[in-house]
Amino acid sequence: MAVAIEQKLQLALRWPGGDVPPALEDVALVPVAAGAQVELDAAGLAAGEVSIDGQCLRYTRLTLLLTAAELLACEGLAPLRSLVDIAGPPGGDSATPVQVVLAAGIEASPDGLARVQWSDEAQGAGRVLLFQAGVLCGACLINSQEALEFLYPAVGSCSAEPETRHLLALGPEPWLAADRLTSRGKPMNKQKLVVIGNGMVGHHFLESLVQAGGLARFDVTVLCGEPEPAYDRVHLSEFFSGRSASDLSLVTPGFFEDNGIRLRTSARVASIDTAARSAELESGESLEYDKLVLATGSYPFVPPIPGNDGEHCFVYRTLGDLEAMRDSAANSRVGVVVGGGLLGLEAANALQNLGLDTHVVEFAPRLMPVQLDEGGGAMLRRKISELGITVHCATATERIVDGESARYRMEFAGGDCLETDMICFSAGIRPWDQLAREAGLAIGERGGIVVNNACQTSDADVYAIGECALWGGRIFGLVAPGYQMARTAAAVLMDEAAEFTGADMSTKLKLLGVDVCSVGDAHGSGEGALSYSYTDEVAGVYRRINVSEDGKRLLGAILVGDAQGYEQLLQYCLNGIELPAEPDTLILPARDGAAVALAPGQLPATATVCSCHNVTKGDILTVLDGGCASVAEVRDCTAASTGCGGCAQMLKDVVNTELAERGVEISTAICEHFPHTRQELFHLVRVGEIRSFAELLDKHGRGRGCDICKPAVASILAANWNDYVLKQEHIGLQDTNDRFLANMQKDGSYSVVPRVPGGEITPEQLIAIGEVGRKYRLYTKITGGQRIDLFGARLEQLPAIWQELIDAGLETGHAYGKAVRTVKSCVGSTWCRYGVQDSVGMALHIEHRYKGLRAPHKLKFAVSGCTRECAEAQSKDIGVIATENGWNLYVCGNGGMKPRHADLFAVDLDDATLIAYIDRVLMFYVATADRLQRTARWLENLEGGLDYLRAVIIDDSLGLARELEQRMQAVVDSYQCEWTTTLQDPERLKLFQGFVNSDEADERIVFVEERGQIRPARDEERESLAGAVVEDVA
Amino acid sequence: MTAAEISAGWVRVCDEQALLPGAGVAARLAHGQVAIFRSADDAATLWAVGNYDPIGGANVISRGIIGDLDGEPVVSSPLYKQHFSLRTGRCIEDDHHALPVYPVALRDGGVWIEL
Repeated sequence: MAVAIEQKLQLALRWPGGDVPPALEDVALVPVAAGAQVELDAAGLAAGEVSIDGQCLRYTRLTLLLTAAELLACEGLAPLRSLVDIAGPPGGDSATPVQVVLAAGIEASPDGLARVQWSDEAQGAGRVLLFQAGVLCGACLINSQEALEFLYPAVGSCSAEPETRHLLALGPEPWLAADRLTSRGKPMNKQKLVVIGNGMVGHHFLESLVQAGGLARFDVTVLCGEPEPAYDRVHLSEFFSGRSASDLSLVTPGFFEDNGIRLRTSARVASIDTAARSAELESGESLEYDKLVLATGSYPFVPPIPGNDGEHCFVYRTLGDLEAMRDSAANSRVGVVVGGGLLGLEAANALQNLGLDTHVVEFAPRLMPVQLDEGGGAMLRRKISELGITVHCATATERIVDGESARYRMEFAGGDCLETDMICFSAGIRPWDQLAREAGLAIGERGGIVVNNACQTSDADVYAIGECALWGGRIFGLVAPGYQMARTAAAVLMDEAAEFTGADMSTKLKLLGVDVCSVGDAHGSGEGALSYSYTDEVAGVYRRINVSEDGKRLLGAILVGDAQGYEQLLQYCLNGIELPAEPDTLILPARDGAAVALAPGQLPATATVCSCHNVTKGDILTVLDGGCASVAEVRDCTAASTGCGGCAQMLKDVVNTELAERGVEISTAICEHFPHTRQELFHLVRVGEIRSFAELLDKHGRGRGCDICKPAVASILAANWNDYVLKQEHIGLQDTNDRFLANMQKDGSYSVVPRVPGGEITPEQLIAIGEVGRKYRLYTKITGGQRIDLFGARLEQLPAIWQELIDAGLETGHAYGKAVRTVKSCVGSTWCRYGVQDSVGMALHIEHRYKGLRAPHKLKFAVSGCTRECAEAQSKDIGVIATENGWNLYVCGNGGMKPRHADLFAVDLDDATLIAYIDRVLMFYVATADRLQRTARWLENLEGGLDYLRAVIIDDSLGLARELEQRMQAVVDSYQCEWTTTLQDPERLKLFQGFVNSDEADERIVFVEERGQIRPARDEERESLAGAVVEDVA
Repeated sequence: MTAAEISAGWVRVCDEQALLPGAGVAARLAHGQVAIFRSADDAATLWAVGNYDPIGGANVISRGIIGDLDGEPVVSSPLYKQHFSLRTGRCIEDDHHALPVYPVALRDGGVWIEL
């Protein structure tokens, strides 16, 4: 052992610089320091505790290696070498310090190891953590000795949850959050907070807690009963109109991981023990808590009607419910919703979207009896009936039996009946209070967990928020009050002063496309309340206001059929603003331009503008004082209008009024040369029949132009007149890619993309492209748009390359232009077993129609042959998906930096209508978008959004449809392959000279070979190659 | 331009017809590449600056769009869009970079540059 001990000491003493880590001192059993001579107390070591294997030293469960070379030399650690490769090059520098902390025996069975690894190549550092059966069993640390102190004691005793394991491998901050790990040796100084429920309110609670810095104080575990974390239940019916579960998600990517919140999905709680302060899961697992938040929400009330448990009877609450309804609807013709309240009408919307003959059965004498009076209910019923939904009010269902013409027959009191294939119950909600009830917490007479103003239940360590909570004898079945409770509970947990003191139940909804608003005391039930009402059966509008006895204060209001004025009425009501002398002007249609609008300046600073995020006018003034200078900036700073979005107009008015008062001028000019927007320039060019930039500058601009306005005007001219882009007067306007009809790369060389319409290409064309690539030594790569990109062409080579491509029957792909690029397609019904239409044929048709169309930004299309959507059309500017009956058209999607799912625009179109709609959408976009604005951002900024776009394109609300189509036809008719035109004109070919006085190639463009192809040389490579070339010449 | 000036290091680069109104061309001179631009509205106004983009690291300045910013004639790099003054060569966005500037003139149907 003497030799071994000596070796160990030598190793310890060779520690590379700096302080010796405590863990190393620990294993050395004696104080050690770099360069110091030490004495070892041999009696402290038992035989077998220390062993030496090559240059590797082991002591109990610690193994130490000091350099990469030693690691490589160590036979017993062979399985580790591949791990080390990811973190640093042990072979590269044999002096690279390597430290390994290992539990004994891992080398024997490396197969069962789970690895979590991190590397920082810039620093040459890396960490590999090894877990066996969920327990940290070892680690390999490279240039990362600061981690040793933390990890050494954790080996063998630390079992991290799967979702927090990566925290171990990362920087020092996560290690300090030691209580995220169930580590035996670590002090647990944070309180355990368990949140039951991850619905909208539960999630808002987490966001509020994170924002308040609560993660420093609490170790948070979220138990979510559903398989998905929080999603937007308010917009649930959009699931049927194409929004996916992920679209509806409320969880920003990385929210749980980044904040270290432990999320358990499909984790249902069986019971709570408030004495032991623990929650037991249905799986039997038990979780201790210091504080508990119940955000269990509510469940739909199913009336106790015999037969209500049939296979095709549903409730409308979760994504799971919706999926079941969708499956059932596929085999149904008629659907009934029991309940004509807010959710019931949402459900009816869903059934109608699923193509069912839809009925609504309501027990009360009118629809939405809570929010609406008789007049409002009647108007709503009228409008909904016009949409083809049959409404049965004052109807009580007595039993559900087997049907004759359909699956079920609903028998009503009074003898009537209705046959239906499926039934959806939406007859109100009941709080999920079962857990609290069994735990002995105070429960209201009619259900609901009783909470105080701090949202605490009868056990002060247990909070309840949202629809499961009963405050002041009321359940609040809306999201805004739930959010208020969430914020209150988060603040109270952070020892901040906060109270929930009730909430305004005003609502603004669009149900089946019908606006419905209810403000304050909608029924005018308060003492002395007087009401005004206005009904217009022609336009389908009902409005009512309830005012105080003296006529000075607004108590409540109802609006059906038109939401105009809602925000104004809400402000009057919430802030007690004195009404005008004749309050009925607030609900009467404005005649003679008599504006009665409440000016944003009249609002007090305390007025709530955004109730979802509790943003007052005062908050907005504060951020404006702090430097925000636009609606978008205010929105980013305060989150105002990012909830339900109902206050967007109000926010805009308040911000713009305030900015105007502060003398901030909001410039919309495209650049200093034109005091116009792109849209205005487009209009000037069109109306003035302006054909050149010089003419436009002369008439409407100043100066010489710049790299902003010149390409924008070039695009506008091309979209209107479709001239050849290299006409003498247009050359100086074009970005380099358009000027040379190719894409400039980083070294000044160009890439070339021939058009491959619909991604369909013949073997001959493939060979031709291949031969061009080989002849000119071009790097070839397949693009995302089903084409082939050829890189590394010098300017002066472009004409010859294109001559050969055109001779092979190819044409320009416009990859260089802000223009229509590609139409991606799947193989469609011609070959595919599942295809229902010829997607390739349609893609070819579309690509040939729109190819080369110049636009504010690039345009990408796709056509899929069935709903499997292999062409990914829903991520494109224009997406077409085949159906049994024709084509569904999606618009305004894109990938890129900020991806956007395209919106379903129209369904089951025939070929001609599809093309007409695409013509109109594209031309409308080209005419009205901002410079470099893709269709996604264009639609998001289009006032009125998708509904407005549909009105313009489908209903022709502006009377523009014909003109848009004609303009598109003019562009289609004047199409030319720009390369064909260029090659036919010797004068134009002079543009492709590398130098006006030399035929030599640019010496900066130098390639080296990699993976059998060329790539641009890096600076250091170029220098050495340049030397070599000079020698050759000499 | 007088004959004396020409003798003092001026060289003829190309014919006047090789220039493009409102755009640039590249020329190869003994000590490096030059970008020569002609104004769109005044055929007598020429500018000559280095063709090497010191930020992008490629010989591409001649392929940039010209214009003016606050009255200063500029060319924008086609790679990363920085603006360089055509009079002083200075980079508008980044003081650390500048293009070399060359005197340029038209004479006898040719384009001349002083080295």
